[in-house]
Amino acid sequence: MNPVNYLYLASLLFTIGAVGVLVRRNAIVLFMCVELMLNACNLALVTFSRLHGNLDGQIIAFFTMVVAAAEVVVGLAIIVSVFRTRHSASVDDTNLMKL
Amino acid sequence: MTSTGEAVQFWVLAVVAVGGALGMVLCRKAVHSALCLAGTMLALAVCYMAEGAVFLGIVQIVVYTGAIMMLFLFVVMLVGVSSADSVKEVLKGQRVAAVLGGIGMGVLLCAGIANAHLRSFTGVGAANQASGGNVPGLARLIFTQYVWAFEVTGALLITAAVGAMVLTHRDATEVKQSQRELAEQRVRLGTQVTPLPAPGVYARHNAVDAPGLLPDGTPAEISVNPTLRQRGQMRQLGSDVLRRMGELESGAAHWLGRKTPKPRSGSELSHVGQKPEQQQREVESK
Repeated sequence: MNPVNYLYLASLLFTIGAVGVLVRRNAIVLFMCVELMLNACNLALVTFSRLHGNLDGQIIAFFTMVVAAAEVVVGLAIIVSVFRTRHSASVDDTNLMKL
Repeated sequence: MTSTGEAVQFWVLAVVAVGGALGMVLCRKAVHSALCLAGTMLALAVCYMAEGAVFLGIVQIVVYTGAIMMLFLFVVMLVGVSSADSVKEVLKGQRVAAVLGGIGMGVLLCAGIANAHLRSFTGVGAANQASGGNVPGLARLIFTQYVWAFEVTGALLITAAVGAMVLTHRDATEVKQSQRELAEQRVRLGTQVTPLPAPGVYARHNAVDAPGLLPDGTPAEISVNPTLRQRGQMRQLGSDVLRRMGELESGAAHWLGRKTPKPRSGSELSHVGQKPEQQQREVESK
């Protein structure tokens, strides 16, 4: 087996995540789809690191994980505060800038 | 080419990962989506380890499936477990267009990878051995070449923590009343100035659901927790207990030289005053 298969898997997961972002309406599931896309990128980066024989790709994947953690914290806080004012987690209901 | 074992592992885990991803998109409930995503992330963690990125595999399990997915589940619980997606399409034909666009993007990505002519690969083993392992190799890079990015990451994390606190902070909408204000309000309303009476303590029942008895032997409903009262879980004292209490009360009154109070109501107190001498003797013998 060629390690390129990992890249195919990564692109497949990224595509599924992107379609999920477009199709789903629940803000939490939307966020999960973004997480899946980030994970697919991480897999591609780790595979690149293996293909090239250096550790730089793994470093970038590590930083991606950190950024994903920070992003999830802020994003879920936004979802919770929107849910408090709107009583809904659907992105269709959030169509005004203010309450 | 990689080993056969890794090929088997890859095909098994790829199926798990893609199945989990599809399940996440297709499940209507957010909890099921979160669990499917956790499965996908675990499969990816094993893939990282198979590719020589042992540290990233562990971090993936600890940070992603351990911390981030649990955070997701907390928010799902906060927002409501039963919050299912609406099936209604707001934009007409948006879902079909999204799926078609996704398929197109996937085909483009795969075609790009297939055109790249990646016939051979170096493998990360030599890079790992150069520093004496995967973790020392990553540490050397993070603290030398990427140290600036590492510092910025620290600032990012602090900003995210502060941002989350600011976003979820709620201002108090009313001033909390002090003890003095509460007491004045109680007196002004005049409903119940004193503290509420305690529930009854008897030989057989000393639980909070047993009402205390008023001096004339009638149960005081106010001594039982209002929640229990509304649920109808207040213990009803039997007429037998009430009769004995009434006897004791009348005996005590006789012993103290008071006049026996007239019972307020109820046939359960009809035996009041039957055997005062016996009661008196019992009390005196103690």
